Amino acid sequence: MQGAPKGWKRWVYSTNHKDIGTMYIIYGIMAGLISAGFSVWFRMELQYPGNQIFDGNYQFYNVLITAHALLMVFFMIMPSMIGGFGNWFVPLMIGAPDMAFPRMNNISFWLMVPAFLLLLTGMLWPFEWTTMIHDFGSSAWRGSIYQYYDPAGGPGTGWTIYPPLSIKADISMDFTILALHLLGMSSILGAINFIVTILNMRAPGMTLHKMPLFVWAIFVTAVLLLLALPVLAGAITMLLTDRNFGTHFFRPEGGGDPILFQHLFWFFGHPEVYIIILPGFGIISQVVSTFSKKPVFGYLGMVYAMCGIGFLGFVVWAHHMFTTGLSLNTRLYFTVATMVIAVPTGIKIFSWIATMWGGSITFKTPMLWAIGFIFVFVVGGVTGVVLANAGMDIPMHDTYYVIAHFHYVMSLGALFSAFAGFYYWFPKMSGKMMPEWFGRLHFAGTFIGTNVTFFPQHFLGLAGMPRRYPDYPDAFAGWNYVSSIGSYITMATTICFVFMVFYVLRYGKKAAGNPWGEGANTLEWTLSSPPEYHSFTTQPTISDDGHH
Amino acid sequence: MKMKKITLPALFSTFFAFVSLFAGGALADQPKPWQMGFQDPASPVMEKLVNLHDYLLVMCVVVCVFVLLLLTYVCIRFRASKNPIPSKTTHNALIEVIWTVIPILILVAIVIPSWKLINYMDKTDKADVTLKAIGYQWYWGYEYMDGPGKGIHFESLMKLEHPDKGQESLQLQKGEPRNLEVDNQVVLPIESNIRVLTTAADVIHSWSIPAFGVKLDAVPGKVNETWVRITKVGDYYGQCSQLCGSRHAFMPIHIHAVSKEDYAKWVEKKDKELNIKPEAVAADGKKTEENKTK
Repeated sequence: MQGAPKGWKRWVYSTNHKDIGTMYIIYGIMAGLISAGFSVWFRMELQYPGNQIFDGNYQFYNVLITAHALLMVFFMIMPSMIGGFGNWFVPLMIGAPDMAFPRMNNISFWLMVPAFLLLLTGMLWPFEWTTMIHDFGSSAWRGSIYQYYDPAGGPGTGWTIYPPLSIKADISMDFTILALHLLGMSSILGAINFIVTILNMRAPGMTLHKMPLFVWAIFVTAVLLLLALPVLAGAITMLLTDRNFGTHFFRPEGGGDPILFQHLFWFFGHPEVYIIILPGFGIISQVVSTFSKKPVFGYLGMVYAMCGIGFLGFVVWAHHMFTTGLSLNTRLYFTVATMVIAVPTGIKIFSWIATMWGGSITFKTPMLWAIGFIFVFVVGGVTGVVLANAGMDIPMHDTYYVIAHFHYVMSLGALFSAFAGFYYWFPKMSGKMMPEWFGRLHFAGTFIGTNVTFFPQHFLGLAGMPRRYPDYPDAFAGWNYVSSIGSYITMATTICFVFMVFYVLRYGKKAAGNPWGEGANTLEWTLSSPPEYHSFTTQPTISDDGHH
Repeated sequence: MKMKKITLPALFSTFFAFVSLFAGGALADQPKPWQMGFQDPASPVMEKLVNLHDYLLVMCVVVCVFVLLLLTYVCIRFRASKNPIPSKTTHNALIEVIWTVIPILILVAIVIPSWKLINYMDKTDKADVTLKAIGYQWYWGYEYMDGPGKGIHFESLMKLEHPDKGQESLQLQKGEPRNLEVDNQVVLPIESNIRVLTTAADVIHSWSIPAFGVKLDAVPGKVNETWVRITKVGDYYGQCSQLCGSRHAFMPIHIHAVSKEDYAKWVEKKDKELNIKPEAVAADGKKTEENKTK
């Protein structure tokens, strides 16, 4: 590649948005595979009532579900969508030579490595390593590796790390908190980078209202990150000092309030879920427009919807806390405010359908994922409206109904949008085409697998099965069995996908600069596949016809 | 029992109830295999919640089916082979107004019944019995704070398939539901307003009974309040609903709801066992002046 440094320095010292984007995507896929592996692991335990492979070590189960969520949220979906696709395509789409702060971009990525190592340390700390290695292969072996995991150790608090349980946890919790700090730093710096780039480095003629919707999505996401992450940082620092330095923010024995943590956490936590989905919304807008050969319907409405969702996301946090003992008026307010978010979200769904209406639709793989997204996101969205209701939430809070809801919007919704982006942009990033037949198989396997995994969980939740349970009353066995089978289907399909990516990178067909035709009219498609190390030799200018 | 209007939600819920008879889901106070819906309600709050959910479920299904139909139509009618020239339409003020206003109206239609219900669920003004549930790692403690039974206190541990030596009282008997049965059940009278207070001794737990529509976090350093009125005699099970450590899944709740007469008999028995002298109570059930607390 002309102009690119050679060897390991190209990557470790990288200040190139495309290379950094590539590293983020690889990192996200690896973390996603590990976390998916964890989820298959505990679905194996949940496939039948009673103790299965975990040998009765319920603490290990709690640690695994905590790690699963932290990995998926902070190490898979955010890095791949924001760090990965955001870094790759925001500069290209606005005609900028790179991000505003290329070196800060580097640190944002490389902070992810110690963050992962810290999380791993926290998870693995409670293993009695020396005893385990000593006993291995001898008659002293206690039956399974699970017997060597400290039943009171590890971050077994759920990703929400509520005190006082997270205060009672051992040193693994401190490692987890430090990992979260590094992740937060990485994302805050990245957010600053995106905001400054988007506001200052658009090519001449590209007004804010001519920006592709993906760029808008990343912009709103970056603002959310900038405002929400510091609150998480504050909350987890208070947790750290409560654990280690004698403060009593959340410790009732000193006059503190455990519920304060929940307010602080969810003040971050709710915008976080919009941070997860907004880039997905941006991707879907690009894909639906390209494969309908039509500009997105109601561009301004889409922009305002994303801004509205972003803003409203900050004033609804306590709908995660309806059973904590909030006052009546508080619960009434948060019910109404949460339900209001359904309006801009609905506008987006209808706008995508209206984009397809009258279009000339081709069903290439990215479009399959996008159409799948529209449907599954609506399913997840309607259960969200049910849960938004402080009354209706009571029998459903902390049950599998909630798990079904958020997996439909994240593990189907956000994931489908990530795959839509992957298949859409893979030819641009790698210069190779993923074969259509495989894309269809991947979509079908994932669509079936994820639906079989998560739809029955609605039933389990209504029937009363609580979440974060390694074992359950026998009556819940039926749907749990079905759900576990679904997880195996999904995992098998995903493993095939990873192999296929390697194969295509090595042997795949070459991709043209624009493999998708006239519908692909954003700036990245004017470049070669992959683009040169320095993308634009001359600065592009945007004409007045308002093409976006 | 009041006659219900034959509304669409009522038809749906009748249909689901009918279907659930075959799924074995009827008359459930504990979950049944392959259950797809709520357990049978045993309180007016849960009855209203079941009705509200039927109403919401209809709306959810309609929205999902509507979007699915739109997507299907669009994919068939405007596929490239049937529509090679895409239109250039990117705006339509009327439809944009419609798809903003109609969802708002739907949300208003949801908020109106919900507002009343959330108010109703909040607390009871006049409690006949007050029960305090204290969450421990990993069992519940109970104290009867007020009303007949005041002063009764005990702990309630889950029964085990294989209890340790010395824990024979925790042996799960044949026919008892695994992971749900406890040694000391909470006995409560039906047709009485019961104030439920929750707190905890160590970490956050949550006290929940699906059939009652009750769930309330038990937070150390805090006392939360809710209420329940049990309508039917029976055995009702619930489970801890806030992650509280390794045995979070193993601290269930068993409410044994009995008639007021049977409750009085149980109170007498427990008072003797625990050596409690009940407060003097006048014939009409009201406390005498000297014995009113505070």
